[in-house]
Amino acid sequence: MLTSNEILQTIQMVDKYKLDIRTITMGISLLRCADDDAQKAADKVYDHIAYTAKDLVKTGEAIEREMGIPIVNKRISVTPVALLTEKDHIKIARALDRAAKETGVNFVGGYSALVHAGMTQADKNLILSIPKALTETDFVCSSVNVATTRNGINMDAVALMGNIIRQAAEMTADRDSIACAKLVVFANAVEDNPFMAGAFHGVGLGDSAIHVGVSGPGVVEKTLKTIPGASFEIVAEEIKKTAFQITRAGQLVAREASKRLGIPFGIVDLSLAPTPALGDSVAHIIEEMGIERTGAPGTTAALALLNDAVKKGGVMASSNVGGLSGAFIPVSEDIGMIRATQEGALCLEKLEAMTCVCSVGLDMIAIPGDTPASTISAIIADESAIGMVNNKTTAVRVIPAIGKTVGDEVSFGGLLGFAPIMRVSSFGSEKFIERGGRIPAPLHSLRN
Amino acid sequence: MKAILTVIGHDKVGILAAVTALLAKNNVNILDVSQTIMQNLFTMIMMVDLQDASFETVQDDLSDLADKLGMSIRLQREEVFEAMHRI
Repeated sequence: MLTSNEILQTIQMVDKYKLDIRTITMGISLLRCADDDAQKAADKVYDHIAYTAKDLVKTGEAIEREMGIPIVNKRISVTPVALLTEKDHIKIARALDRAAKETGVNFVGGYSALVHAGMTQADKNLILSIPKALTETDFVCSSVNVATTRNGINMDAVALMGNIIRQAAEMTADRDSIACAKLVVFANAVEDNPFMAGAFHGVGLGDSAIHVGVSGPGVVEKTLKTIPGASFEIVAEEIKKTAFQITRAGQLVAREASKRLGIPFGIVDLSLAPTPALGDSVAHIIEEMGIERTGAPGTTAALALLNDAVKKGGVMASSNVGGLSGAFIPVSEDIGMIRATQEGALCLEKLEAMTCVCSVGLDMIAIPGDTPASTISAIIADESAIGMVNNKTTAVRVIPAIGKTVGDEVSFGGLLGFAPIMRVSSFGSEKFIERGGRIPAPLHSLRN
Repeated sequence: MKAILTVIGHDKVGILAAVTALLAKNNVNILDVSQTIMQNLFTMIMMVDLQDASFETVQDDLSDLADKLGMSIRLQREEVFEAMHRI
Protein backbone atom coordinates (compact mmCIF):
# COMPACT_ATOMS: atom_id res chain seq x y z
CA MET A 1 0.00 0.00 0.00
CA LEU A 2 1.30 3.41 -0.92
CA THR A 3 1.80 5.86 1.91
CA SER A 4 0.45 9.41 1.95
CA ASN A 5 4.00 10.73 1.95
CA GLU A 6 4.89 8.82 -1.20
CA ILE A 7 1.81 10.07 -3.00
CA LEU A 8 2.42 13.67 -1.97
CA GLN A 9 6.10 13.41 -2.86
CA THR A 10 5.24 12.52 -6.45
CA ILE A 11 2.72 15.35 -6.65
CA GLN A 12 5.28 17.80 -5.28
CA MET A 13 7.90 16.61 -7.77
CA VAL A 14 5.59 17.60 -10.62
CA ASP A 15 4.03 20.69 -9.09
CA LYS A 16 6.94 22.35 -7.36
CA TYR A 17 10.09 20.85 -8.83
CA LYS A 18 9.12 20.57 -12.50
CA LEU A 19 9.40 16.83 -12.98
CA ASP A 20 8.31 16.17 -16.52
CA ILE A 21 8.60 13.75 -19.36
CA ARG A 22 10.61 15.92 -21.69
CA THR A 23 9.71 14.06 -24.84
CA ILE A 24 8.04 11.10 -26.41
CA THR A 25 9.96 10.58 -29.62
CA MET A 26 8.72 8.22 -32.28
CA GLY A 27 11.57 6.83 -34.33
CA ILE A 28 10.51 5.97 -37.88
CA SER A 29 12.60 4.15 -40.47
CA LEU A 30 12.35 5.83 -43.86
CA LEU A 31 14.52 3.32 -45.71
CA ARG A 32 11.45 2.13 -47.62
CA CYS A 33 11.02 5.70 -48.96
CA ALA A 34 14.44 5.81 -50.67
CA ASP A 35 14.27 6.82 -54.33
CA ASP A 36 16.67 8.17 -56.97
CA ASP A 37 14.13 10.90 -57.60
CA ALA A 38 14.18 13.23 -54.57
CA GLN A 39 10.62 14.45 -55.13
CA LYS A 40 9.28 10.90 -55.20
CA ALA A 41 11.24 10.11 -52.03
CA ALA A 42 9.87 13.28 -50.41
CA ASP A 43 6.28 12.35 -51.26
CA LYS A 44 6.76 8.89 -49.79
CA VAL A 45 8.40 10.36 -46.68
CA TYR A 46 5.47 12.70 -46.07
CA ASP A 47 2.87 9.97 -46.53
CA HIS A 48 4.71 7.46 -44.36
CA ILE A 49 5.26 9.86 -41.45
CA ALA A 50 1.79 11.38 -41.63
CA TYR A 51 0.31 7.88 -41.41
CA THR A 52 2.66 6.32 -38.83
CA ALA A 53 2.64 9.27 -36.42
CA LYS A 54 -0.97 10.36 -36.86
CA ASP A 55 -1.93 9.39 -33.30
CA LEU A 56 1.32 10.35 -31.55
CA VAL A 57 0.28 13.74 -30.20
CA LYS A 58 -3.20 12.79 -29.04
CA THR A 59 -1.86 9.61 -27.41
CA GLY A 60 0.79 11.65 -25.61
CA GLU A 61 -1.84 14.09 -24.40
CA ALA A 62 -4.10 11.29 -23.14
CA ILE A 63 -1.26 9.65 -21.19
CA GLU A 64 -0.25 13.01 -19.73
CA ARG A 65 -3.78 13.49 -18.49
CA GLU A 66 -4.11 10.06 -16.91
CA MET A 67 -0.68 9.96 -15.30
CA GLY A 68 -0.70 13.57 -14.15
CA ILE A 69 2.87 14.12 -15.37
CA PRO A 70 3.43 16.74 -18.10
CA ILE A 71 4.76 15.42 -21.40
CA VAL A 72 6.36 18.55 -22.79
CA ASN A 73 7.25 17.51 -26.34
CA LYS A 74 6.13 15.01 -28.91
CA ARG A 75 8.76 14.48 -31.58
CA ILE A 76 9.74 12.31 -34.51
CA SER A 77 13.17 11.01 -35.45
CA VAL A 78 13.84 9.51 -38.86
CA THR A 79 16.49 7.61 -40.80
CA PRO A 80 19.42 9.88 -41.74
CA VAL A 81 18.05 11.61 -44.83
CA ALA A 82 21.38 11.35 -46.70
CA LEU A 83 20.54 7.66 -47.17
CA LEU A 84 17.27 8.32 -48.95
CA THR A 85 18.34 9.94 -52.21
CA GLU A 86 21.42 11.18 -54.08
CA LYS A 87 20.75 14.91 -54.39
CA ASP A 88 18.09 17.61 -53.83
CA HIS A 89 17.63 16.48 -50.24
CA ILE A 90 16.00 19.81 -49.48
CA LYS A 91 12.80 18.46 -51.00
CA ILE A 92 12.76 15.88 -48.23
CA ALA A 93 13.43 18.60 -45.63
CA ARG A 94 10.30 20.38 -46.82
CA ALA A 95 8.34 17.11 -46.67
CA LEU A 96 9.56 16.51 -43.11
CA ASP A 97 8.46 20.01 -42.11
CA ARG A 98 5.02 19.50 -43.62
CA ALA A 99 4.71 16.11 -41.91
CA ALA A 100 5.69 17.68 -38.58
CA LYS A 101 2.98 20.30 -39.00
CA GLU A 102 0.41 17.73 -40.08
CA THR A 103 1.04 15.46 -37.10
CA GLY A 104 1.37 18.36 -34.65
CA VAL A 105 4.79 17.36 -33.29
CA ASN A 106 7.29 19.90 -31.98
CA PHE A 107 10.33 18.78 -33.96
CA VAL A 108 11.45 16.18 -36.47
CA GLY A 109 15.09 15.12 -36.36
CA GLY A 110 17.14 13.21 -38.88
CA TYR A 111 18.18 15.62 -41.60
CA SER A 112 21.46 13.92 -41.02
CA ALA A 113 24.55 12.29 -42.45
CA LEU A 114 26.98 9.86 -40.85
CA VAL A 115 30.38 10.68 -42.29
CA HIS A 116 32.86 9.60 -39.60
CA ALA A 117 34.84 7.37 -41.93
CA GLY A 118 34.19 9.04 -45.26
CA MET A 119 31.63 10.98 -47.19
CA THR A 120 29.50 9.71 -50.06
CA GLN A 121 28.37 12.16 -52.72
CA ALA A 122 24.88 11.96 -51.21
CA ASP A 123 26.27 12.79 -47.75
CA LYS A 124 28.09 15.79 -49.17
CA ASN A 125 25.02 17.00 -51.05
CA LEU A 126 22.93 16.77 -47.91
CA ILE A 127 25.48 18.60 -45.78
CA LEU A 128 25.75 21.41 -48.33
CA SER A 129 21.96 21.81 -48.22
CA ILE A 130 21.73 22.04 -44.41
CA PRO A 131 21.88 25.87 -44.12
CA LYS A 132 19.08 26.33 -46.66
CA ALA A 133 17.02 23.47 -45.22
CA LEU A 134 17.20 24.87 -41.69
CA THR A 135 16.42 28.38 -42.90
CA GLU A 136 13.38 27.37 -44.94
CA THR A 137 11.84 24.94 -42.46
CA ASP A 138 10.52 25.48 -38.93
CA PHE A 139 10.65 22.09 -37.26
CA VAL A 140 13.42 20.16 -38.99
CA CYS A 141 16.59 19.38 -37.01
CA SER A 142 19.89 18.30 -38.46
CA SER A 143 22.95 16.43 -37.25
CA VAL A 144 26.20 15.22 -38.74
CA ASN A 145 28.39 12.56 -37.16
CA VAL A 146 32.04 13.33 -37.94
CA ALA A 147 33.92 10.98 -35.63
CA THR A 148 33.75 7.67 -33.79
CA THR A 149 36.11 5.86 -31.44
CA ARG A 150 36.35 3.04 -34.00
CA ASN A 151 37.01 5.22 -37.01
CA GLY A 152 38.77 8.34 -35.85
CA ILE A 153 37.88 11.89 -36.87
CA ASN A 154 36.99 12.78 -40.43
CA MET A 155 38.78 16.13 -40.56
CA ASP A 156 37.48 16.92 -44.06
CA ALA A 157 33.96 16.74 -42.64
CA VAL A 158 35.04 18.79 -39.62
CA ALA A 159 36.44 21.49 -41.93
CA LEU A 160 33.23 21.49 -43.97
CA MET A 161 30.99 21.75 -40.90
CA GLY A 162 32.72 24.92 -39.71
CA ASN A 163 31.65 26.55 -42.97
CA ILE A 164 28.15 25.05 -42.84
CA ILE A 165 27.58 26.42 -39.33
CA ARG A 166 28.72 29.88 -40.43
CA GLN A 167 26.47 29.77 -43.50
CA ALA A 168 23.50 28.65 -41.41
CA ALA A 169 24.18 31.54 -39.03
CA GLU A 170 24.42 34.09 -41.82
CA MET A 171 21.24 32.90 -43.55
CA THR A 172 19.25 33.38 -40.34
CA ALA A 173 21.11 36.45 -39.08
CA ASP A 174 17.78 38.31 -38.81
CA ARG A 175 16.56 35.68 -36.31
CA ASP A 176 19.63 35.53 -34.02
CA SER A 177 21.09 32.79 -36.24
CA ILE A 178 18.44 30.32 -35.07
CA ALA A 179 19.32 27.74 -37.75
CA CYS A 180 22.43 26.86 -35.76
CA ALA A 181 20.28 25.93 -32.75
CA LYS A 182 18.83 23.15 -34.93
CA LEU A 183 22.20 21.74 -36.01
CA VAL A 184 24.49 19.42 -34.04
CA VAL A 185 27.88 17.99 -34.98
CA PHE A 186 28.52 14.68 -33.22
CA ALA A 187 31.23 12.26 -32.31
CA ASN A 188 29.92 8.78 -31.46
CA ALA A 189 26.31 9.74 -32.18
CA VAL A 190 23.78 7.30 -30.74
CA GLU A 191 21.01 5.74 -32.82
CA ASP A 192 18.21 6.01 -30.29
CA ASN A 193 18.56 9.52 -28.86
CA PRO A 194 15.12 11.08 -28.33
CA PHE A 195 16.46 14.60 -27.69
CA MET A 196 16.76 17.35 -30.27
CA ALA A 197 18.48 18.61 -32.22
CA GLY A 198 20.51 15.41 -32.50
CA ALA A 199 17.81 12.75 -32.77
CA PHE A 200 17.79 10.39 -35.73
CA HIS A 201 16.49 6.84 -36.21
CA GLY A 202 19.55 4.64 -36.64
CA VAL A 203 19.72 2.09 -39.43
CA GLY A 204 20.32 -0.64 -36.83
CA LEU A 205 16.84 -0.09 -35.41
CA GLY A 206 13.58 -1.57 -36.63
CA ASP A 207 10.68 -0.02 -38.55
CA SER A 208 9.70 2.19 -35.66
CA ALA A 209 10.22 2.63 -31.93
CA ILE A 210 8.96 4.73 -29.06
CA HIS A 211 11.67 6.44 -27.02
CA VAL A 212 11.08 8.58 -24.00
CA GLY A 213 13.33 11.29 -22.61
CA VAL A 214 12.77 12.14 -18.97
CA SER A 215 14.04 15.10 -17.08
CA GLY A 216 14.02 16.64 -13.63
CA PRO A 217 16.99 18.79 -12.62
CA GLY A 218 14.67 20.60 -10.20
CA VAL A 219 13.85 17.37 -8.38
CA VAL A 220 17.55 16.54 -7.93
CA GLU A 221 18.30 20.05 -6.70
CA LYS A 222 15.46 19.83 -4.20
CA THR A 223 16.77 16.46 -2.94
CA LEU A 224 20.21 17.93 -2.34
CA LYS A 225 18.71 20.85 -0.44
CA THR A 226 17.49 18.34 2.16
CA ILE A 227 21.04 17.11 2.90
CA PRO A 228 23.20 20.23 3.32
CA GLY A 229 26.85 19.46 4.07
CA ALA A 230 26.42 15.68 3.63
CA SER A 231 29.37 13.64 2.38
CA PHE A 232 29.66 12.74 -1.30
CA GLU A 233 28.60 9.13 -0.70
CA ILE A 234 25.29 10.40 0.64
CA VAL A 235 24.97 12.94 -2.19
CA ALA A 236 25.52 10.19 -4.79
CA GLU A 237 23.06 7.89 -3.05
CA GLU A 238 20.32 10.51 -2.95
CA ILE A 239 20.81 11.41 -6.62
CA LYS A 240 20.61 7.72 -7.53
CA LYS A 241 17.32 7.31 -5.68
CA THR A 242 15.84 10.36 -7.38
CA ALA A 243 17.07 9.22 -10.80
CA PHE A 244 15.46 5.85 -10.15
CA GLN A 245 12.08 7.44 -9.48
CA ILE A 246 12.26 9.72 -12.50
CA THR A 247 13.26 6.88 -14.79
CA ARG A 248 10.46 4.66 -13.56
CA ALA A 249 7.96 7.37 -14.45
CA GLY A 250 9.55 7.60 -17.91
CA GLN A 251 9.46 3.86 -18.42
CA LEU A 252 5.78 3.74 -17.48
CA VAL A 253 4.95 6.44 -20.01
CA ALA A 254 7.08 4.77 -22.69
CA ARG A 255 5.42 1.37 -22.22
CA GLU A 256 1.95 2.90 -22.20
CA ALA A 257 2.63 4.92 -25.36
CA SER A 258 4.14 1.87 -27.02
CA LYS A 259 1.09 -0.25 -26.18
CA ARG A 260 -1.46 2.32 -27.34
CA LEU A 261 0.35 3.17 -30.56
CA GLY A 262 1.23 -0.44 -31.36
CA ILE A 263 4.87 0.50 -31.80
CA PRO A 264 7.74 -1.27 -30.01
CA PHE A 265 9.23 0.36 -26.92
CA GLY A 266 12.78 1.53 -27.60
CA ILE A 267 14.59 3.16 -24.71
CA VAL A 268 14.24 5.55 -21.82
CA ASP A 269 16.80 8.32 -21.98
CA LEU A 270 17.40 9.60 -18.51
CA SER A 271 18.93 12.97 -19.08
CA LEU A 272 18.80 15.88 -16.71
CA ALA A 273 17.74 18.34 -19.37
CA PRO A 274 17.44 21.89 -18.06
CA THR A 275 15.06 24.59 -19.27
CA PRO A 276 15.42 28.34 -18.87
CA ALA A 277 12.73 28.23 -16.14
CA LEU A 278 13.79 28.86 -12.57
CA GLY A 279 14.12 25.60 -10.63
CA ASP A 280 14.99 23.51 -13.70
CA SER A 281 18.74 23.98 -13.85
CA VAL A 282 21.69 21.57 -13.88
CA ALA A 283 23.99 24.46 -12.90
CA HIS A 284 21.96 24.93 -9.73
CA ILE A 285 22.55 21.27 -8.78
CA ILE A 286 26.28 21.85 -9.10
CA GLU A 287 25.98 25.01 -7.01
CA GLU A 288 23.88 23.17 -4.42
CA MET A 289 26.82 20.77 -4.01
CA GLY A 290 28.91 23.70 -2.81
CA ILE A 291 30.33 25.37 -5.91
CA GLU A 292 29.74 29.12 -5.57
CA ARG A 293 29.08 29.54 -9.28
CA THR A 294 29.12 26.92 -12.06
CA GLY A 295 32.48 27.09 -13.80
CA ALA A 296 34.46 27.60 -10.58
CA PRO A 297 37.08 24.96 -9.68
CA GLY A 298 35.31 21.79 -8.57
CA THR A 299 32.61 22.08 -11.24
CA THR A 300 33.95 19.18 -13.31
CA ALA A 301 34.14 16.87 -10.29
CA ALA A 302 30.62 17.81 -9.22
CA LEU A 303 29.31 17.17 -12.72
CA ALA A 304 31.12 13.80 -12.90
CA LEU A 305 29.44 12.69 -9.68
CA LEU A 306 26.05 13.89 -10.89
CA ASN A 307 26.34 12.27 -14.32
CA ASP A 308 27.41 8.92 -12.89
CA ALA A 309 24.81 8.82 -10.12
CA VAL A 310 22.07 9.64 -12.60
CA LYS A 311 23.10 6.70 -14.82
CA LYS A 312 23.30 4.30 -11.87
CA GLY A 313 19.83 5.21 -10.65
CA GLY A 314 18.51 4.96 -14.18
CA VAL A 315 19.85 1.49 -14.98
CA MET A 316 18.39 0.16 -11.75
CA ALA A 317 14.98 1.46 -12.83
CA SER A 318 14.89 0.23 -16.41
CA SER A 319 16.65 -2.43 -18.46
CA ASN A 320 16.23 -0.27 -21.52
CA VAL A 321 18.11 2.87 -20.62
CA GLY A 322 19.71 4.31 -23.74
CA GLY A 323 20.13 7.47 -25.74
CA LEU A 324 22.46 9.98 -24.16
CA SER A 325 21.47 9.42 -20.50
CA GLY A 326 23.33 11.72 -18.14
CA ALA A 327 23.39 15.44 -17.52
CA PHE A 328 23.02 18.06 -20.24
CA ILE A 329 24.82 21.39 -20.02
CA PRO A 330 23.26 23.58 -22.73
CA VAL A 331 24.19 27.13 -21.83
CA SER A 332 21.22 29.04 -23.26
CA GLU A 333 18.71 26.55 -21.86
CA ASP A 334 19.86 26.70 -18.24
CA ILE A 335 19.22 29.75 -16.10
CA GLY A 336 22.18 28.89 -13.85
CA MET A 337 24.57 28.52 -16.79
CA ILE A 338 23.35 31.81 -18.22
CA ARG A 339 24.03 33.61 -14.96
CA ALA A 340 27.44 31.91 -14.57
CA THR A 341 28.38 33.10 -18.06
CA GLN A 342 27.12 36.64 -17.44
CA GLU A 343 29.15 36.84 -14.24
CA GLY A 344 32.31 35.54 -15.92
CA ALA A 345 32.44 32.28 -13.95
CA LEU A 346 31.94 30.03 -16.97
CA CYS A 347 34.01 30.07 -20.14
CA LEU A 348 34.25 27.93 -23.26
CA GLU A 349 37.40 26.15 -22.08
CA LYS A 350 35.78 25.16 -18.78
CA LEU A 351 32.72 23.92 -20.62
CA GLU A 352 35.02 21.79 -22.79
CA ALA A 353 36.49 20.21 -19.65
CA MET A 354 32.97 19.59 -18.34
CA THR A 355 32.04 17.75 -21.54
CA CYS A 356 34.65 15.09 -20.66
CA VAL A 357 32.42 13.91 -17.82
CA CYS A 358 28.86 14.73 -18.87
CA SER A 359 26.61 13.09 -21.40
CA VAL A 360 26.98 15.41 -24.36
CA GLY A 361 29.10 18.37 -25.39
CA LEU A 362 29.37 22.07 -26.09
CA ASP A 363 25.71 22.82 -26.36
CA MET A 364 23.76 25.96 -27.20
CA ILE A 365 26.71 28.30 -26.86
CA ALA A 366 26.53 31.66 -28.59
CA ILE A 367 29.89 32.82 -29.93
CA PRO A 368 30.92 36.10 -31.61
CA GLY A 369 29.52 36.52 -35.12
CA ASP A 370 32.97 37.08 -36.60
CA THR A 371 34.37 33.74 -35.37
CA PRO A 372 36.16 32.23 -38.41
CA ALA A 373 34.87 28.93 -39.86
CA SER A 374 38.28 27.36 -39.19
CA THR A 375 37.99 28.20 -35.49
CA ILE A 376 34.52 26.62 -35.34
CA SER A 377 35.97 23.54 -37.07
CA ALA A 378 38.80 23.44 -34.55
CA ILE A 379 36.30 23.57 -31.67
CA ILE A 380 34.51 20.62 -33.31
CA ALA A 381 37.83 18.78 -33.68
CA ASP A 382 38.65 19.26 -29.98
CA GLU A 383 35.25 18.07 -28.89
CA SER A 384 35.39 15.09 -31.28
CA ALA A 385 38.78 14.15 -29.86
CA ILE A 386 37.31 14.06 -26.36
CA GLY A 387 34.50 11.81 -27.58
CA MET A 388 36.79 9.59 -29.64
CA VAL A 389 39.40 9.01 -26.93
CA ASN A 390 36.94 8.63 -24.06
CA ASN A 391 34.60 6.38 -26.00
CA LYS A 392 31.61 8.63 -25.38
CA THR A 393 29.20 10.83 -27.28
CA THR A 394 30.25 14.45 -27.63
CA ALA A 395 28.65 17.18 -29.67
CA VAL A 396 28.97 20.78 -30.74
CA ARG A 397 26.00 23.08 -31.13
CA VAL A 398 27.41 26.61 -31.28
CA ILE A 399 25.68 29.68 -32.62
CA PRO A 400 27.86 32.33 -34.25
CA ALA A 401 25.63 35.35 -33.59
CA ILE A 402 26.07 37.41 -36.73
CA GLY A 403 26.62 41.10 -36.01
CA LYS A 404 27.06 40.50 -32.29
CA THR A 405 30.02 40.08 -30.00
CA VAL A 406 31.00 39.46 -26.36
CA GLY A 407 28.69 41.51 -24.12
CA ASP A 408 25.67 41.03 -26.38
CA GLU A 409 22.98 38.38 -26.02
CA VAL A 410 20.94 36.23 -28.36
CA SER A 411 17.41 35.09 -27.63
CA PHE A 412 15.69 32.09 -29.22
CA GLY A 413 12.57 31.91 -27.09
CA GLY A 414 10.86 28.89 -25.54
CA LEU A 415 12.95 25.95 -24.42
CA LEU A 416 15.93 27.18 -26.45
CA GLY A 417 16.27 30.18 -24.11
CA PHE A 418 18.79 33.00 -24.42
CA ALA A 419 22.54 33.24 -24.16
CA PRO A 420 25.23 35.79 -23.52
CA ILE A 421 27.89 35.65 -26.26
CA MET A 422 30.90 33.75 -25.01
CA ARG A 423 34.50 34.69 -25.73
CA VAL A 424 36.38 32.48 -28.20
CA SER A 425 40.19 32.43 -28.44
CA SER A 426 41.36 34.92 -31.05
CA PHE A 427 44.36 32.77 -31.92
CA GLY A 428 43.75 30.95 -35.19
CA SER A 429 43.69 27.26 -36.14
CA GLU A 430 43.38 27.74 -39.89
CA LYS A 431 46.48 25.82 -40.94
CA PHE A 432 45.51 22.90 -38.71
CA ILE A 433 42.09 22.64 -40.29
CA GLU A 434 43.49 23.08 -43.83
CA ARG A 435 45.44 19.82 -43.57
CA GLY A 436 42.37 17.63 -44.17
CA GLY A 437 42.31 13.83 -44.06
CA ARG A 438 41.50 11.74 -41.02
CA ILE A 439 42.80 11.68 -37.47
CA PRO A 440 43.37 7.95 -36.91
CA ALA A 441 41.30 6.04 -34.39
CA PRO A 442 42.94 5.70 -30.97
CA LEU A 443 44.67 2.48 -29.97
CA HIS A 444 41.80 1.36 -27.75
CA SER A 445 39.54 1.16 -30.81
CA LEU A 446 41.35 -2.13 -31.59
CA ARG A 447 39.31 -4.24 -29.24
CA ASN A 448 38.67 -7.35 -31.26
CA MET B 1 -8.63 0.98 -13.34
CA LYS B 2 -7.44 2.10 -9.93
CA ALA B 3 -6.52 5.72 -9.40
CA ILE B 4 -5.35 8.05 -6.69
CA LEU B 5 -7.43 11.13 -6.03
CA THR B 6 -5.83 13.96 -4.06
CA VAL B 7 -7.48 17.10 -2.77
CA ILE B 8 -5.23 19.84 -1.39
CA GLY B 9 -6.21 23.32 -0.25
CA HIS B 10 -7.59 25.45 2.56
CA ASP B 11 -9.97 23.54 4.81
CA LYS B 12 -13.68 24.36 4.67
CA VAL B 13 -17.03 22.72 5.31
CA GLY B 14 -18.26 20.10 2.86
CA ILE B 15 -15.15 19.09 0.89
CA LEU B 16 -15.46 15.38 1.57
CA ALA B 17 -19.22 15.49 0.97
CA ALA B 18 -18.84 17.26 -2.37
CA VAL B 19 -16.13 14.91 -3.62
CA THR B 20 -17.86 11.71 -2.56
CA ALA B 21 -21.17 12.86 -4.04
CA LEU B 22 -19.44 13.49 -7.35
CA LEU B 23 -17.79 10.08 -7.25
CA ALA B 24 -21.07 8.32 -6.42
CA LYS B 25 -22.80 10.11 -9.28
CA ASN B 26 -20.10 8.84 -11.65
CA ASN B 27 -20.22 5.26 -10.36
CA VAL B 28 -16.73 5.45 -8.84
CA ASN B 29 -16.04 3.12 -5.92
CA ILE B 30 -13.92 4.46 -3.04
CA LEU B 31 -11.42 1.85 -1.81
CA ASP B 32 -9.56 3.87 0.79
CA VAL B 33 -9.59 7.39 2.14
CA SER B 34 -7.37 9.39 4.47
CA GLN B 35 -7.31 13.04 5.34
CA THR B 36 -5.04 15.23 7.37
CA ILE B 37 -3.79 18.79 7.75
CA MET B 38 -0.25 19.14 6.35
CA GLN B 39 1.62 22.45 6.38
CA ASN B 40 -1.69 24.18 7.20
CA LEU B 41 -3.34 22.66 4.15
CA PHE B 42 -6.21 20.23 4.07
CA THR B 43 -4.92 17.12 2.33
CA MET B 44 -7.17 14.25 1.36
CA ILE B 45 -6.01 11.12 -0.44
CA MET B 46 -8.40 8.54 -1.83
CA MET B 47 -7.83 5.34 -3.70
CA VAL B 48 -10.69 4.81 -6.11
CA ASP B 49 -11.79 2.19 -8.60
CA LEU B 50 -12.95 3.50 -11.98
CA GLN B 51 -13.93 0.13 -13.42
CA ASP B 52 -17.47 1.32 -14.19
CA ALA B 53 -16.66 4.96 -14.86
CA SER B 54 -15.11 7.12 -17.54
CA PHE B 55 -11.73 8.49 -16.42
CA GLU B 56 -12.11 11.58 -18.60
CA THR B 57 -15.62 12.44 -17.41
CA VAL B 58 -14.69 12.04 -13.76
CA GLN B 59 -11.55 14.13 -14.28
CA ASP B 60 -13.54 16.89 -16.02
CA ASP B 61 -16.16 16.92 -13.26
CA LEU B 62 -13.44 17.05 -10.61
CA SER B 63 -11.81 19.93 -12.42
CA ASP B 64 -15.09 21.89 -12.27
CA LEU B 65 -15.46 21.04 -8.57
CA ALA B 66 -11.85 22.15 -7.91
CA ASP B 67 -12.66 25.55 -9.42
CA LYS B 68 -15.82 25.82 -7.33
CA LEU B 69 -14.07 24.88 -4.07
CA GLY B 70 -10.89 26.81 -4.86
CA MET B 71 -8.81 23.70 -4.23
CA SER B 72 -6.40 21.56 -6.17
CA ILE B 73 -7.90 18.19 -7.11
CA ARG B 74 -6.02 15.53 -9.06
CA LEU B 75 -6.95 12.13 -10.38
CA GLN B 76 -3.98 10.05 -11.47
CA ARG B 77 -3.58 6.39 -12.30
CA GLU B 78 -2.21 4.37 -9.41
CA GLU B 79 0.60 2.89 -11.56
CA VAL B 80 2.49 6.20 -11.54
CA PHE B 81 2.97 6.06 -7.79
CA GLU B 82 3.68 2.35 -7.74
CA ALA B 83 6.32 2.75 -10.42
CA MET B 84 8.08 5.58 -8.65
CA HIS B 85 8.01 4.21 -5.11
CA ARG B 86 8.26 0.42 -5.43
CA ILE B 87 11.13 -1.65 -6.82
